Amino acid sequence: MGKIEWAMWANEQALASGLILLAGGIVGVAGQFRGWEFAAYAVAAGVFVCLLEYPRSKRAKGTSVERSGQYCFTVCVKAFGPLTRNYYVRAFLHAAICVPGGFMLATVLGCVCLGIASLIYLAAAIRGEHWEPILPRKDVRKPVAESIKNPPQNPPPRPPPETRRKQAKDLEGAAYDNPSSVTDD
Amino acid sequence: VMVPKEQALSWARAPAACLNFNCMLILLPVCRNLLSFLRGSIQFCSRTAARQLDRNLTFHKLVAYMIAFHTAVHIIAHLFNFEFFMDAQLNRNSSFLPFVLSEIGTDDNASFLNPIRSNETNPTIVMFTTIAGVTGVVITLALILIITSSMEVIRRSYFEVFWYTHHLFIIFFIGLVFHGYGRIVRGQTAGSQQTNKPHLCADRFEDWGKNESDCAVPEFAGNPPGTWKWVLGPMILYVCERLVRIYRSHQKVVITKVVMHPSKTLELQMRKKGFHMEVGQYVFIQCPSVSRHEWHPFTLTSAPEEDYFSAHIRIVGDWTQALYEACGGDKTETQEAWKLPKVAIDGPFGTASEDVFRYEVVMLVGAGIGVTPFASILKSVWYKRIQNNQEVFTKKIYFYWLCPETEAFEWFADLLQSLERQMAEKDVANFLSYNIYLTRWKETEAAHFRVHHEAENDPITGLKQKTLYGKPNWDNEFTNIASKHPGTKVGVFLCGPPQLGKSLEKQCLSHTEGDVKFIFNKENF
Repeated sequence: MGKIEWAMWANEQALASGLILLAGGIVGVAGQFRGWEFAAYAVAAGVFVCLLEYPRSKRAKGTSVERSGQYCFTVCVKAFGPLTRNYYVRAFLHAAICVPGGFMLATVLGCVCLGIASLIYLAAAIRGEHWEPILPRKDVRKPVAESIKNPPQNPPPRPPPETRRKQAKDLEGAAYDNPSSVTDD
Repeated sequence: VMVPKEQALSWARAPAACLNFNCMLILLPVCRNLLSFLRGSIQFCSRTAARQLDRNLTFHKLVAYMIAFHTAVHIIAHLFNFEFFMDAQLNRNSSFLPFVLSEIGTDDNASFLNPIRSNETNPTIVMFTTIAGVTGVVITLALILIITSSMEVIRRSYFEVFWYTHHLFIIFFIGLVFHGYGRIVRGQTAGSQQTNKPHLCADRFEDWGKNESDCAVPEFAGNPPGTWKWVLGPMILYVCERLVRIYRSHQKVVITKVVMHPSKTLELQMRKKGFHMEVGQYVFIQCPSVSRHEWHPFTLTSAPEEDYFSAHIRIVGDWTQALYEACGGDKTETQEAWKLPKVAIDGPFGTASEDVFRYEVVMLVGAGIGVTPFASILKSVWYKRIQNNQEVFTKKIYFYWLCPETEAFEWFADLLQSLERQMAEKDVANFLSYNIYLTRWKETEAAHFRVHHEAENDPITGLKQKTLYGKPNWDNEFTNIASKHPGTKVGVFLCGPPQLGKSLEKQCLSHTEGDVKFIFNKENF
């Protein structure tokens, strides 16, 4: 398990927790349950957690797969700098956010799930992981690419006439060594 | 209020019934040894039915989604349900039927209806002090953790997290079985229904138990737990499955040869007593010295006719890298046989692509590493047709290999070269038609190809049939094949990305006209 990036799992867990908190909150408010104020809080907290957790971090090793449409969220989250970059902050933030959810049955599940996510983030922070935005790479287009659009103006270099005549009979002898190397040696 | 009071419990019990059914089903598709056995037996009746068993993981996931959905409905319904139960205790008015019902059983604590027994509590406390509540929370948490660690991102990159967390299913099933043990769901007892007939007495609740009314005070009892009846069978089957895997892992597998191929591919040739395979199948390989609990699937690249079985393993992650080092891949001198690590094999499983041999004309399309199962098929074809001179129903194979880069070619190109040579010797060169497509190449390489365009052998693979560049024009290919083989059924087999599958399927449909039929075989090897 050496190379696991705990933050990737913490992120999935936290996003799920945000949705569960939100769902529990909606049920509590819509059903006008006792303690619906906690449910209203859970709706707001759930939305906040989802917004924070939606943009996936760039992986330290390997290819990162973004969630669809996460770019705008990435920009927002990135704007908070070290507050969102640091996983200790996230761990404590989630731990704090989840507490009021424990006061009402409808939001208890969201509370516990977010608490677990907070613990996984803590593990990630201890291992030195941090959040990196996935930004579109600026493609450095080599000028060679442009030339593909223009067909070559001159024919390819041809061997001298004597060698050309031999081609029909002797394939091996006809091939001539290009003075410049064409392979990536 | 969203849910009418009288419906809340029903809304909870309905998904509970569905959950019983789904939790019964979920363990079955992952009993791969059982499925393998079933597959072998069913094949004699119906190959189509047998092939459905190869979609077992898809089924497992679908059932899992259903479990998640039903759990959500169940929990939300119970949230309403408990809110109403609490209301019934708090609204202490004897002309309020729910309150009157809640008062029943306060003396003997047995014939009660309302699981919330007093007004000095709240639903959260009740949840944590009842068996149903505690098991409910625990198994829901287990379910959520299982789901979040099974997301594709986690599964593909951090397999160990996925695998170990998935074992929370043990807690899930234990909790599920005990979920109903508190008998918290109550119903009127049969005896009580004689003395208090609900359709007559429900509205006259203020007169219950009084001398002049013919309605006694009703009595309620809990329903016995029923989930175990659904899940006990599959749980036992799964335990047997794990025992079979343990037994198989102790059977001796000998590595007879290790070959390091240039494209970071490790070939392991192995032998095991009593091992029998069909073309295109896969095995799970475990190497205890690398990891005690990890089993990884690899397609078999050897033919059934060979006296060993082999797998070509690409070195892409932790486990494969460690296996490579354990086999001495990073050392330059040859390893002693006794130094090779012990391995265990589970299998073989999966599509026995003997279906390939049921078609007179076959199109095999492999993209990148997806060519691996075809190694097995091509070798087997060669053994049957050329070496054993058996009459093979398959008369012509069109093979397409799409590859982004040249490096992954080497071991497969060697195979194709030797097949090409042997077929030329036996004068059956037209049996197999290869097309290798380089879908990505470097500028400098392209220049090299231009110069050697007239050469008889392909400059990259050395094969007589040339490497082509770009992607195949499937329309042309299908049209050509249709015109060359009128009146035949052509089997099209793909191992590659789903988009390619979709476009091939479309081509099959559009070119199936007149007497030529293209049949697309959808299985992912």
